[in-house]
Amino acid sequence: GAIGLVPRMADAQSGLEPNTLAEIRNYNNFYEFGTGKGDPAANAHQLVTSPWSITVDGMVDRPGDYALGDLLAGLTVEDRIYRFRCVEAWSMVIPWNGIELADILNKVGVQAGARYVAFETVVQPENMIGVQRRVLDFPYVEGLRLDEAMHPLTIMATGIYGEPIANQNGAPIRLVVPWKYGFKSIKSIVRITLTDEEPPTSWNIANAREYGFYSNVNPNVDHPRWSQATERRIGSGLFAARHDTLMFNGYPEVAPLYEGMDLSVFI
Amino acid sequence: MTVSARINGALRRVPAWPLYLLAAAYGAWEFWRALTQQGPYLVEPINVLERSYGEIALILLVAGLVVTPLRQWSGVNLIKFRRAIGLCAFFFVVAHFLVFAVLDVQSLGRVWTEIVKRPYVTVGMLAFVLLIPLAVTSNNLAIRKLGPATWKQLHKLSYIAVILGGVHYLWLARGFQITPLVYLGLGIGLVALRYKHLVRRKQPA
Repeated sequence: GAIGLVPRMADAQSGLEPNTLAEIRNYNNFYEFGTGKGDPAANAHQLVTSPWSITVDGMVDRPGDYALGDLLAGLTVEDRIYRFRCVEAWSMVIPWNGIELADILNKVGVQAGARYVAFETVVQPENMIGVQRRVLDFPYVEGLRLDEAMHPLTIMATGIYGEPIANQNGAPIRLVVPWKYGFKSIKSIVRITLTDEEPPTSWNIANAREYGFYSNVNPNVDHPRWSQATERRIGSGLFAARHDTLMFNGYPEVAPLYEGMDLSVFI
Repeated sequence: MTVSARINGALRRVPAWPLYLLAAAYGAWEFWRALTQQGPYLVEPINVLERSYGEIALILLVAGLVVTPLRQWSGVNLIKFRRAIGLCAFFFVVAHFLVFAVLDVQSLGRVWTEIVKRPYVTVGMLAFVLLIPLAVTSNNLAIRKLGPATWKQLHKLSYIAVILGGVHYLWLARGFQITPLVYLGLGIGLVALRYKHLVRRKQPA
């Protein structure tokens, strides 16, 4: 409940030293702009982010193509300093500005039978040089269970450090689910679909053995090719120490979402 | 005088030893850039340095296998540089391993776990181990002691090492990536050339 949530969130967030904006903007995975960590910073300026509209469809009361400003009008933008843990075993701390996804979903009206939310990233082939290389089957798609999507920690970010989110970080709007590996936090979203079936997700399509639908940060379940027990915090230089990775990335308040599930099976 | 003869004539005056200096300078330069976090090392120098040393090692391993077919096809003879190319490749493999062990994984226990548990590390480690006897015998004394025939047999381990190196790179990539495939393709192609050569020699004239 909300009462238990607040102090634990404060605990988890105390002592979090955010990475610099330069670090956040120059070490990215956004394969539509290339697979190198510096490629998105070099190439993402070509992305056209204005005008931007999001198609909301599926099991909602008020479906439609929403201009971004209309979809977010009247909703509260909050500051959230979150750990960000990549599946590649590195991490950052990012001061997001965003809106709780639950607020957006409540605005469009989730119908009773909906159980999942699916998301889709924009495809602008002429502006996204990685799309032609077909590293993944684009458009990039992701999904959450409805209760994960409605959790107060889950936000749609529109800024970092009070500045509009940079293209390489997923402009103009992206998902942020801090207890899951970074690739779940899909960027540059153009479609949100409410559905009663578990939606396909890009990395799971590419390699189901390595990337599950849930992809919760879990130090006890290794990636088949590398350990998830520790992580390296970005920005600590050539002699950076490794740190133990925390269950649910240090957000234990989400554990009740997975009660009764074997998290070594539901990866 | 043919072009290749002219090139060979010019190369006769070029010694091989500067290659060692160049390799050492390049390795030190990359380390310095990583330490001071310049250019590609701006945000996360450890992983980038690890990849940088690994990639140059792979390039040099491939280059070492180019020497013979280049001579056969064009007449350009780089054979006197091949030992330096091979040894420099080995030095970069060692540097790559040290960055992995000391800066990245950071504990002997975890290094061992990685080698045993992660197939792509196992494969890379195997390539490293195969290259050790080649590096140790990359001198005139070893050639004399082993005899040229045995020495040549032994150094065919480089064929396996270059392919394992390509597999190692491909295996750690996420998604469908071109660069590791190029190295693996080059390695397999260059080894296949030798295999074709062996088959042809066995056939009666």
